[in-house]
Amino acid sequence: MSAPYDDTDTDAAARYAKARAQIAGEESGGLDGVVGILHRLCRSLTANLDITGAAVILMSAGESDGVAAASDERSRALGELPFAMGEGPCHDAYIARRPVLTPDLREVPGGRWPGYASAALSSGVHAIFAFPLHVGAASFGVLDAYAERPGSLSIEQEAMALTFAQIATEILLDGDLTTPDGKLDPGLSTALDGRAEIHQAQGMVVVDLGIPPAQALARMRAYAFASGTPLIELARKIIDGLTLSDDDDLNLE
Amino acid sequence: MVSAERLADLFVEVADTLVDEFDLIDFLHNLADHAVSVSGASSAGLLLADQDSTLHFMAASTEGAKYLELFQLQHSEGPCLDCYRTQVPVITTDLSRESGRWPDFAPRAIEAGVRSVHAFPMRLRDRVIGALNVFGDEPMPLGPSDVKVVQAMADVATIAILQERAISSAEVLTEQLQGALNSRIVIEQAKGVISRDHSVSVDAAFAVLRAHARNTHVRLVDLALDVVNGRASVPRS
Repeated sequence: MSAPYDDTDTDAAARYAKARAQIAGEESGGLDGVVGILHRLCRSLTANLDITGAAVILMSAGESDGVAAASDERSRALGELPFAMGEGPCHDAYIARRPVLTPDLREVPGGRWPGYASAALSSGVHAIFAFPLHVGAASFGVLDAYAERPGSLSIEQEAMALTFAQIATEILLDGDLTTPDGKLDPGLSTALDGRAEIHQAQGMVVVDLGIPPAQALARMRAYAFASGTPLIELARKIIDGLTLSDDDDLNLE
Repeated sequence: MVSAERLADLFVEVADTLVDEFDLIDFLHNLADHAVSVSGASSAGLLLADQDSTLHFMAASTEGAKYLELFQLQHSEGPCLDCYRTQVPVITTDLSRESGRWPDFAPRAIEAGVRSVHAFPMRLRDRVIGALNVFGDEPMPLGPSDVKVVQAMADVATIAILQERAISSAEVLTEQLQGALNSRIVIEQAKGVISRDHSVSVDAAFAVLRAHARNTHVRLVDLALDVVNGRASVPRS
């Protein structure tokens, strides 16, 4: 759905038309529906800004819900990272409802998201630009753009990225997100389902340590980060019988 | 033509969907009335398209205009439909010369006392969501600046409508995502809790959870929430 651009702004209109045409021309990667279009959008944004990759992250209540689409596997992993870490630029963009531009992760102002920044850096990414997807008071996600090279976006690149964020918003709002029987689009549903094992393990840690669910997830994140284990792998180990003990996060190898 | 000051007021009113209780039908009726006063026409009506690009009658300033809009829809013919299809204004100063173009609509409109009809697309960039018709009871030439003003008003109204639709569908989307997610998460967590409590596999834990919800006539997600928060436990099977 289109938010009001000034129609007399021919640059904006041209940029919009160009972005739409490029997205239409991309391969859908064999994905159907909304998720397929968002995948094309991520690929198209990547080519357009000459960056490393992009991802659309769905969010609610200040937490990342899942990666709806990504330009490539590394970007998908980067999109999952904020959930694993419980922090990241997408959280800030979602809450502040404005873009969060980080041209160099080695110099994040105020030392924000230390865990996220170091994990992203170790995957070879130096710059991250997060653009919120929102209309009025409703926010539902973030478009993340990743670059290996540190450096700011040019004004034109930034305008282009904002246009892509606008289109991603339109796609999510206009797309058939629900099936006729009221269920979520299967592609989106899969995006939201990707973390079943983490939530199962979370329930187990609730029992093992006798702590509330939020604290259990925080404990898992801390353990995963400190031991260098991806959260999903830690979750599988917990399901297979690993018990986090009370002093785990004090006492890491 | 109206004064610049009056015009500015109209534009503010037409753009204003951010009021507490926005009502689309009210808004469109006001738009039809404003279109009449701005263009000097005798009546106006408008059609909006749904997601499948099917046009629907939405509002008119008079019963006569409403009838003419419905007539166009029923006969799949007329200036409003042409305008929606071509996405450009359709300006018809003298309807009596157009019976070749609209063999059903033109005679019927003339019979109803209409002599001129102009249709304006309701558009934003490449997207057209409907069309606005103004009807005159005498041959009504519309100068280029008049066309511009009515078109600008249709454009502003379009933005307002899209914005309003966007906000309400964004709210629905947010709720759907949130709802879908919350119930999934809590069910997975409950599986984990039961799996540890009963020393069974996650799959077996789910079967236990589901059976207990069924036996006690409780929604699965409600039971799961109670299990995770320690407010309920599920008997061993």
